[in-house]
Amino acid sequence: MTGYILRRIFGAVIVMWAVATLVFFMLRILPGDPLAAMLFEADPSAAEELRIKFGLDQPMIVQYWKWFVLLLQGDMGNSIYGSRIPVSQILIEAAPRTISLAFLAFCVSIVIAIPAGLISALRRGRPIDHGVTFIAFLGLSMPDFWLGILLIILFAAKLGWLPAIGYEPLSAGFWPWFSHLILPATAAGTAFSAIIARMVRSSMLEVLKTDYVLVARAKGLSPWRVVMGHAFPNALIPVITVMGIAFGLLMASAVVVETVFAIKGLGRILIEGILNRDYPVVQGAILVVSFIFVFVNLLVDVLYVIIDPRIRVD
Amino acid sequence: MSVVDPIAGTIADDLPARPPSALRIMMRDRRAFFGLVYLGILLTAAVFAPWIAPYDPNAMDYMMLEAPSWSHPLGVDDLGRDLLSRIIHGARVSIFVGVSTVAIAGVLGVMMGISAAFYRGWIDTVIMRYIDLQWAFPNILIAVYLVATFGTGLLNVIVAISLAYLDDFARVTRGMTLTVKEEQYVAAARAIGCSDWRIMARHILPNITAPVIVLATVSVSNAILAEAVLSFLGLGVSSDTPTWGLILAEARSFITRAWWLGVFPGLAIMLTVLSINFLGDSLRDLLDVRETRDIP
Repeated sequence: MTGYILRRIFGAVIVMWAVATLVFFMLRILPGDPLAAMLFEADPSAAEELRIKFGLDQPMIVQYWKWFVLLLQGDMGNSIYGSRIPVSQILIEAAPRTISLAFLAFCVSIVIAIPAGLISALRRGRPIDHGVTFIAFLGLSMPDFWLGILLIILFAAKLGWLPAIGYEPLSAGFWPWFSHLILPATAAGTAFSAIIARMVRSSMLEVLKTDYVLVARAKGLSPWRVVMGHAFPNALIPVITVMGIAFGLLMASAVVVETVFAIKGLGRILIEGILNRDYPVVQGAILVVSFIFVFVNLLVDVLYVIIDPRIRVD
Repeated sequence: MSVVDPIAGTIADDLPARPPSALRIMMRDRRAFFGLVYLGILLTAAVFAPWIAPYDPNAMDYMMLEAPSWSHPLGVDDLGRDLLSRIIHGARVSIFVGVSTVAIAGVLGVMMGISAAFYRGWIDTVIMRYIDLQWAFPNILIAVYLVATFGTGLLNVIVAISLAYLDDFARVTRGMTLTVKEEQYVAAARAIGCSDWRIMARHILPNITAPVIVLATVSVSNAILAEAVLSFLGLGVSSDTPTWGLILAEARSFITRAWWLGVFPGLAIMLTVLSINFLGDSLRDLLDVRETRDIP
């Protein structure tokens, strides 16, 4: 198992390196000089001076090496826009917002999806099953950012129960944090929740057909014990794999939904960077968002081996 | 006229008169029927937008943020523009981007997948390394990354979304080709001296179309969603072309006062995505394709 985990960690490092390299070369090979965006209307000699100062006159591979060494030290350059704060500082401020949002979205989705999927499987073909299936289908077809808008219209504008936009850190107290995040988290988590509910349902239906569930029933266990003790834990294994894949979707949603709710998280930083042509910020945001993805994928793979002993044989 | 055979009985009576057409089967499926009808209406509205839309989508008026009424069925936006007309015109961009990106991603992805599986070796390794890398990230994020490098605009958005969905097609095609190429008819084609190209185009491709068609259908809805997201984020086509995502982005500051601006454009997106997904599900049953990829 250690060998497998080490191999997966190595693979994740390679993916991160490949992403960093692609990001570096794509932003430089394509037309549009980062300096041109920076200088607006400076004279050519000043441009040349800056070019030398930033090392842009050197061969690409030398630039790449220097950039990469700095990156490993956590130095991603400074924002070329406004007050020129270091990119790493911008990202460190933004990351907790995105992570809180994704975390809450994950919790809310799971709390809704697992009971929904379970009930749907246990009451197969009944109205409640059709209801869950229909809502899940709807949830998958609804654009996340639109759902965010609908939630604002209903809960912030019409009912006035929750704040429409903004973010409060957890240090400001649980309720301010929660009340600002619950609407974006619902918007970001709905598609994820729909996928998980469907997966729980189909996985439970598979497991309920197995012999060991029949045995558990035959020996007279209560229905609750059969479902929660025997069927559900086994049904969870494929659900966890799908969770790993679908978590990417949830993160992507979080990145998009931040714009609806004006939360200055990683997604908002990335989009603003693109709109302002602030290349160091774009680079940094892409790298950090990608890092979170690769890390979560790795975590799921490792978790999967720990949960399902059958995989360890290989 | 029936031929009576003492052993087999009436042969002609056992044969169905005519296999029902694909369209007829899909019309019988209630959800696919809904999808086809909605998409038919949408397509007509998109093609004939300038004649169908009651107003010029960019014409401004003094009546701002007016609620839905008989003269403006879906209301008016903050600049006095008719929302219905803007949504009808927005359908053009959505459908065009959705179909063209899937066409590009489909052709390139299928070519990559077939050649990877057919030649194996280093071609397979190179293609699959790239595909695996892209697979690690959700398509919509790849599209945002690509727009970050290429810039915005119709062409760039199309290129970005096409490239973002390439990996799905390459992956499905490669898997199918790996099985199909072991079939005897491929060996037979090779034995009679068919070129590699001919084997791939005439013998393998026709036998892997079913899953590709299903994937392409579902991908159109995902591409439409991706376009809407990009437009909403300000990374879309351009600010003077009305698109569903852009209308929602512009409405963002006014939704607390004018709910119709936030509701109707999204409803158009959702109904379109829903219809295409219904159609995709129906095609999946019809063509008997296993689940390709459930996650957008």
